[in-house]
Amino acid sequence: MVTAGATAYDIAAATPDPELPMLTVEDLGILRSVEDTPDGVVVTITPTYSGCPAIREISADVRHRLERSGFGSVTVKTRLAPPWTSDWITPDGRRKLTAAGIAPPSPAPRRTGPVPLTLTAPPSPACPRCGSPDTRRTAEFSATACKSLYRCTACGEPFEGVKPL
Amino acid sequence: MTTAEFDEDDNPYDLLAEDHDEGHRWAFGTGFTDPLDGVDTAVPDGVDPAALARCCLALGDDALIYSHRLQQWVARLPELEEETAVANIALDLLGQARLLLSRAGGILGRGEDQLAFFRDEGEFRNVALAEHADRDFAELVVRLLIFSAWRLALFENLAAAPDPVLAAIAAKGVNELAYHRDYAARWVIRLGDGTDLSHAKTQAALDALWPLVGELFRGDPDVQAMLPASPGDRTVHHGTEHDRAFDAVLGTVLATAGLDRPAATPLALVGGRAGRDGVHTEAMGYILAELQSVARAHPDATW
Repeated sequence: MVTAGATAYDIAAATPDPELPMLTVEDLGILRSVEDTPDGVVVTITPTYSGCPAIREISADVRHRLERSGFGSVTVKTRLAPPWTSDWITPDGRRKLTAAGIAPPSPAPRRTGPVPLTLTAPPSPACPRCGSPDTRRTAEFSATACKSLYRCTACGEPFEGVKPL
Repeated sequence: MTTAEFDEDDNPYDLLAEDHDEGHRWAFGTGFTDPLDGVDTAVPDGVDPAALARCCLALGDDALIYSHRLQQWVARLPELEEETAVANIALDLLGQARLLLSRAGGILGRGEDQLAFFRDEGEFRNVALAEHADRDFAELVVRLLIFSAWRLALFENLAAAPDPVLAAIAAKGVNELAYHRDYAARWVIRLGDGTDLSHAKTQAALDALWPLVGELFRGDPDVQAMLPASPGDRTVHHGTEHDRAFDAVLGTVLATAGLDRPAATPLALVGGRAGRDGVHTEAMGYILAELQSVARAHPDATW
């Protein structure tokens, strides 16, 4: 809960992501900056995916939370470049993902030049439930654009993993 | 545990429901804002705003119409995994379309919805490949391979476009398109290198779609104008960098799949004009009727 004396950054940073509500916008790494100026608060966000339907709701939530805490004149800006990468998910965010049964992403591919064609599935993440590395990808897209589907061969549980992007 | 001991921040679902006092709920479709809201959209010196708008319309229309075609497949795909994949690809493309149409609309003084729903067929700039109706799953994956391999090569270069907004949209799109291309490539190989029947259907899909490839490399002057001026050949004509990148990907996939590269002649132009000039195939009218009829019947509605 927001307490007296919390800064604009603290309040904005604690906004949950609608699709991954165990993560805050800070955990997800989409909060670029919060400027508390005499003319109002300016929050800058970078969207995860071009079509991510959550970004509008995140902006509205950030604005409401700040306004409710007494900050007037809140502006939420979008910054498209550099594009979001799953490497921006914080260590805390990765821990929360695992605790929620979602495998955090492996490091995003770094490349220069054309994106190479990948015909084999990338290495599967360890099972977030039992920790076994013996997992396989069952689908590269899951219920949301940012996740793939896996199954753990050791414990048999299906699980989602955030795509490295 | 009693509620008194329970810190409400511990329950993310309570947090989600906490302050929707204006009656809106996420994903309930209660309104969209401009996807470029809060982005600095000044057109830099040295960039022709009219050419930039036409370029964004062309690339935005490709994504909008292609996304619509994929949406028509949802609930008709062979497996649940393919449902989520195709729906997500359609969503990514719709996201690209919204950003690009907003970029064009900001210059033209029209909103993204106005551009999507209140333009007539002759004003749409998409290529014919985007409007093709896939007859089966083989055509779906072959068409997606062709489209995403071509668009990816183009976006990789547009990521250094002189307009920073277009550059950012393209840079974002690169990662998405790489997923689309590789998904399609794996299916083309699985089907091409599968049973006699799956092979025959995939080869037939390739043969049917190949006449639409030529249009992709005609080299639209407005898109060319947005490619970075740098050493090396950046144009999208045949025999150039984009064509070679596209060729290399298609060559690898077709060889692995055991499919023959067709020698079909490109679809004939109509008086020297094609999709970028607003000349479309018969399919386009049906797409727009479905896409636009609700918005046109209720032009003042908000959603």
